[in-house]
Amino acid sequence: MLSDYSSIGIFLLLTISFPVIALVMAWMVRPKPKQTEEKLTTYECGVDTKGKTWIRFRVNYFLYALVFLAFDVETIFLFPWAVKFNSLGLFAFIEMVIFIAILVIGLWYAWREGALEWH
Amino acid sequence: MEHLFINIADAFTGWLMNLGLSPWWADLALLVVQWICIVTIVTANITVLIWLERKVSGFFQERLGPNRLGPFGCFQTIADAIKLLTKEDIIPSAADKLVFRTAPIFFIIVSVMLYVVLPMGDGMQIVDLDVGLFFFISVGSLSTICLLMAGWGSNNKWSLIGAMRAVAQMISYEVPLALSLIGVVMIAGSLRLSNIVAAQGNIWFIVLQPIAFITYFIAATAELNRGPFDMPEAEQELTGGAYTEYTGMRWALFFLAEYTNLVAVSALMATVFLGGWQGPWLPSWLWIIVKTYVIMMVFFWLKWTFPRIRMDQLMSFSWKFLIPVSLANIFLTGAGIHFFKWMGW
Repeated sequence: MLSDYSSIGIFLLLTISFPVIALVMAWMVRPKPKQTEEKLTTYECGVDTKGKTWIRFRVNYFLYALVFLAFDVETIFLFPWAVKFNSLGLFAFIEMVIFIAILVIGLWYAWREGALEWH
Repeated sequence: MEHLFINIADAFTGWLMNLGLSPWWADLALLVVQWICIVTIVTANITVLIWLERKVSGFFQERLGPNRLGPFGCFQTIADAIKLLTKEDIIPSAADKLVFRTAPIFFIIVSVMLYVVLPMGDGMQIVDLDVGLFFFISVGSLSTICLLMAGWGSNNKWSLIGAMRAVAQMISYEVPLALSLIGVVMIAGSLRLSNIVAAQGNIWFIVLQPIAFITYFIAATAELNRGPFDMPEAEQELTGGAYTEYTGMRWALFFLAEYTNLVAVSALMATVFLGGWQGPWLPSWLWIIVKTYVIMMVFFWLKWTFPRIRMDQLMSFSWKFLIPVSLANIFLTGAGIHFFKWMGW
């Protein structure tokens, strides 16, 4: 018998072949004319592209990412607690309420400081 | 009818073992067959789905939708697929070639991997993983990286703006998505999807967890980049967002992956909130299909009813409404369970 995770691993290996087969099939069928330089330019509604694309993005995105990180880690802590919730009793529930309350204070702080505003 | 596919699988492995294969090899062969079935069904189902969505959207907007090829235009998607297959492959010279090429491949791999843990009927599950629900959430969230790869690799301004929006949106809605499922896990007491289905024997979780269902539904719509949350694509202003530079088969892979994700998320919602494969009269594998299709219809309905939401509204809706609501839902669920215990129910 295969174990759970080795099944998933084999499934992953099989799945990798799916896009490869699809792309190889398309490669065999599609026309392959000579590519001209104009054809390979970056599309920008017909105008030549100006300046670099890979620029620094605004700090807004970074602030969201920071708040997200805090909440994502919280979610990871919450899942094992939720699984064992029925056998843990009232004490664990109160503990988790305190834990969430700390995070809600964090969310409130980020909100007040304007980290959640999109500019 | 009920155990049709299980009997076929058993007969198949039995036949292989009669040929002298060890159980390990028989299992492996069964896994390969299951994989082929899933990939075929997923691809075939998506051609139907795309036709269905175009037809449904046509009815919503009082037009006909595709109606030329075949009865009710039902061969339209097949024609589209052949067209995409025979299109030239263009990789812009400015693009980051490796990232550009691998992005659609990763996207489709991630979305097909979601089907490993989905229960598709009574005992019809490829792997009944003990952390099935968590596996689904974590693998599903990897699609964010694929979109970022596509946008960054294209070296195109539309693509990069689309990808950045996609990342900001998807990480914002990731949090309510995961938080809303915690209420369900608290009641079911397990992350194993078959246990979650079994816990809904008497009453579906949509009744016990209505707030979680609604928050999950909204967050899932945003995660799938579907309307009214399709800011990352926004054809009218970003000409297709992260997919702008993609052509032919690579673009088709993105499209395929998006619909594969849609079916997987709908099936998960049917499993977690609508009682999974359980239901009277019909065989279990038919029930999950019916429920999945009902949820997908609601997704179509939403997309073609609401106008697109502005980016700042989108972000504040997640952080200032959905996350506090889903946190309150966890508190309510916990308090409710303890209240019922205290009442002695």
